[in-house]
Formats: sequence, C-alpha cells, structure tokens
Amino acid sequence: MKPIFEYTKGMREQDTHYCPGCTHGIAHRLIMESLDERNALGDTIGVCPIGCSVTAHQYFNVDSCEAAHGRAPAVAAGIRRAWPEKYVFTYQGDGDLASIGAGEIVHAALRGEKFTTFFINNAIYGMTGGQMAPTTLLGQKTTTSVDGRKKEISGMPLRVAEMLSTIDGAVFVERVALDSPAHIRSAKKAIVKALDVQEKRLGFSFVEILSTCPTNWGMTPVKAQAWLRENMIPYYPLGNFRCPEEVK
Amino acid sequence: MSEKVLMKGNEAFGAAAIQAGCDLYFGYPITPQNELTEYMSRELGRAGGTFAQAESELAAINMAYGGACAGKKAMVSSASPGIALMQEGFSFIASAELPLVAVNVSRGGPGIGGIQPGQADYRQVTRGGGNGDYHIVVYAPYCIQEAVDLIIRAFDTAGRYRNPVIVLADGMMGQMMEPVVIPQIRRQSSASEIAAEKPWALTGSGGARDRNVVRSLWLDPQQLEDQNIRLDQKYQRMKQELPEYQSVDLEGAEIVFTAFGTVSRIASEAIRLLGQRGIRAGMIRPITLWPFPYHAFEQIDHSTTKLIVSAELSMGQMIEDVELAVKGRKPVRLIQRSGGMVFTPAELAARAEELLSQYQ
Repeated sequence: MKPIFEYTKGMREQDTHYCPGCTHGIAHRLIMESLDERNALGDTIGVCPIGCSVTAHQYFNVDSCEAAHGRAPAVAAGIRRAWPEKYVFTYQGDGDLASIGAGEIVHAALRGEKFTTFFINNAIYGMTGGQMAPTTLLGQKTTTSVDGRKKEISGMPLRVAEMLSTIDGAVFVERVALDSPAHIRSAKKAIVKALDVQEKRLGFSFVEILSTCPTNWGMTPVKAQAWLRENMIPYYPLGNFRCPEEVK
Repeated sequence: MSEKVLMKGNEAFGAAAIQAGCDLYFGYPITPQNELTEYMSRELGRAGGTFAQAESELAAINMAYGGACAGKKAMVSSASPGIALMQEGFSFIASAELPLVAVNVSRGGPGIGGIQPGQADYRQVTRGGGNGDYHIVVYAPYCIQEAVDLIIRAFDTAGRYRNPVIVLADGMMGQMMEPVVIPQIRRQSSASEIAAEKPWALTGSGGARDRNVVRSLWLDPQQLEDQNIRLDQKYQRMKQELPEYQSVDLEGAEIVFTAFGTVSRIASEAIRLLGQRGIRAGMIRPITLWPFPYHAFEQIDHSTTKLIVSAELSMGQMIEDVELAVKGRKPVRLIQRSGGMVFTPAELAARAEELLSQYQ
C-alpha cells in the first residue's frame, strides 16, 4: 500500500497543547512541511516568542529559541547575523507582534532583514485569556473590552500587512487565512514564496495568517471558522501586497 | 606586536572586545558611550565580525540574545538609562544561560539624570533590574588598561559560566585618554568549532543531531524550581571563584577607603595627601562588584583601623555591601558626590580627616 498522507518530518510526533479547533496546528504544519520539502530542517532556526506559541519549539523539528514578548524580530536579526546562510523565522501572535513588538517588526522590515515572519492574527490575546489586541475588530467583545471594542477608546484595528507593505525592505508581504481548504492551499503557496525570498536573500518576507481562537472567541471551532470568514476577511483582505519578480 | 598607544577609553573598550574575539556587536546611541558604538561600526566588520545599530537598547540586547543563542560571541554597550532598558534581556540571557558581554559607561541618574560620570548604577548592575533569581558578573576597572584586560577576561568568564558579564566603566573612563596596550590576540571560532564547543547552540541541526532549544520558560513549577536550584549552584560557585580586589596599605591604616573605578584613583591620591598630614590610610578596591569581595575586609588591621569609608559617586549604594563585609566591627561612613559631581583628592582627604576626628 502506498501512503497518501504522512506526518511531516518537520513536526515532532507529540500532541500539542493548543485548544481544539485552534488553527496554530495547521500553520505549524504548513511551515514545517514547506521547510522539509526544500530539505531545510537541518538549516533552520526558529524564534518562538511569548504567546500561545512560545512552546512551539516542542513541536517544530528545528533548532529554536524562545523570545521575550515582542522581541522575536530583534532576536532573529541577531541569529541572522550569526548564520547568514541558514533559514531563520519568527512565529508571532498579534499581541506580540502588533502591540508590544510593533517597534521591532517595523525596524526588521526597515532593515530588510533576511528572515521570514509568520504572523498569526486571531484578533485577540490567546495565552493570557482573551484580552483585546490591536487587531481586535470594532465591536468585538474581549475580557478588556466587555462592551465591544470602541473606536473612540482603542482606535481602529491595525492592518499590519498593509502597514509593512509601505516599507521598502519588506519585499514579500501577503495575507492568507486558514478557514477553508482552498485558503489553506493558498497559505501554503505564500509560505513557500516567503521562504523562496529568504533563500534568494531578497529582503524581509512576511506572511499574515488569519487564524481562529475558538476558546477566547467563545465559539465552536466550526462557528469560529465562519466568524473569521464573515468578520475578519472583510476587514483584513486576503492577497499579496508585495512580491519580488524573482519569486513570482 | 602589541605596542603602547594613546587611546580614548570608549575606543579602547571596543578594540579590546575585538581582540577578545567578539563576533557580533549591537548598539544604540547614548552618551557618554557613543565612541564605543562608533568604533565598533567602523572596526568590527574589518575584523570579520558584524555590527548592527539597533532601533532601541531593548532591541540591541535581544539581538545579542539571538547572536548568543546562535553560539557567537556577542556584545552590547550602553550607558545607565540604556542599561535599564536592557534589564529584560539580561534576565532572559541569564535564565537561558547564554554568554554575553556588556559595557556600561555609566552616568548620573535617576531618570534621564545627566551625562557626567556617576556610580549610581551600582545597585542596577549588582542586584539586577530584571525579574527572577539571577546574577550578573560585574567587573569595575580603574584605568583604561585594566578595562581592556577585564573586557578580554569578561568574554572568557561569560563563556565559561554561560552567563552575562557587565564591565562597569563610568563617563570619566569612557571619555579620557590614556596610554594602553591592546594585546593582538583576535581569533574567531569557526562554525564547526562552535558546534563542537557549544553543543547547545542554535547552529542548525544539520540533520545530524536532535534539534536544540534555548528556553527560559518552565510552566511546570517543579521544573522551574529545579532550574533555579541549578542556576543557584552555579552562582554559588561563581561566588567562590570570581571575587577579585586590590588592597593598598592596609597595615597600620587608621582609615580604610573602599572605592571602585574612577573613585579609587582619587582615593589613591587622597591616601597620599593624608599621609602628608600624618594620617595612615589604606584602600580596598573591589575589582568584581558581583561577586563582591567580602573576604577582603578580613585583612583590615583591626588594631589600628578606626574608620572605614565608602567613597562613591552616588548617594551611597556600595556602602550596603561594605557594611555586610564589615559586620559591625568598625564604623562605616559614606563620602559621596552625585549628579556628575566628582570630589577632588583634597576634598576626599579633608572629609575623611574630618570624619576620623569623630572617632579619635
């Protein structure tokens, strides 16, 4: 019998601590199988900052370190200078990247750092229990916006991909979603291109991945997928914002 | 091969780091250490290393953390408020057991403070401003040559204990020029040497070994306690192996100064001035501020010593360690200036003589 689907060598064979229906597992798999397909697992270093994915190194089958909240792009910049020929990536949530680490991600893009950032945008703080993030939608209820996010108090949700795509050094910027098989296939393609950009040393590459957080959204996994589709995608449009000719 | 040259302190610190084998340097502009960052931007690349200017001190220390994770010899430098911003990183680096060297060219505080020399970072560097149970080794050189020697040693100490080391200079030492010999010993480790010497480093597994993880998160309380006990055993070993000091004229001394860095130079001259007035004075000069050389105070001549003076450019910080060392056996008094004001040798001698008169 011929296997038609297997565990990727990029993932360690163990259960994750993620909640049922959370899309971290899908994002992990897509990144790790993309690295495996280019035979790069032994030449990759990952950075897992604080947030739900701070222990992603328990699942990734690559050298990894933890990072302080928001600092992953700085840590990756240090690793990149140590080993210019390796693949380096950060895997960051929206509280981490868009709030406390907003400075680090902007300056990584500004310098055109030759690593890839995978940005998990689920419009909420996951690990700390469902607080408002810069990406929380207007009207969305969280534990720190119990009546829903208000523009007058918290401003409009931050569109990170659009913001970074205004910076020359961010040569590849794309937003994808994990709410359907078709979108997951598109996400995989974007991840592969981002890694191509890194391999060709073209500059900073960035993939924003719209994800679900059923636990903190207070929804079933199925409802969460629908909520992402109906609420997040209209505000956070999917698609490529920047792509160099070399990887098109 | 190694000749004597006249160099500004900040530049000599950079030259020493390069000779110590520094691979990666990350800096951010702040006075009075800017010449060090500028020197590294100019010279480190030529020596085969890599310089990067970070967007903040917070980013600089985290870049250094990344470089150290990768097994490279990483360094940062800053001045007092910048070191304050780096404290998160120091805690993480100590927790993750990574080697790192930092130079703090300190100035007056608190807050923005001023840009003139100060020693009010004593608590910040010896007690740590970061969270959790950790220690940082602190060397306090008194001249540029000793700073050069200690920076070279700092890389060795950091590597041996896998722990951050701070070299605490002050604005005076950073800005002044002195003749100095920079030993020409630079050697960088190759990738295969790093993989062999630092089996924990993130070098890419190459498929030949299991993946490495550098971590400081331990969600299981028992695991965290075990880790803290293990770290503490290392700190206890450091307390045994690392304390260093210089003692000057302790025998027969009526007054014993305790002073580090720039102040120890002023105290040396004050000792001479007091001698001219028939007062015998000596000095204990801590070279390591952590671990503090408490045992040095056992050498004090208890039959003659009437007073121990902690001379500091702060409102009195090291004096707490001096009191711990003296254990109430002799009076301990403070002579200090702060805010960037520095006492002259004559001022220090006169104030010491006045204090001594209270104990005759």
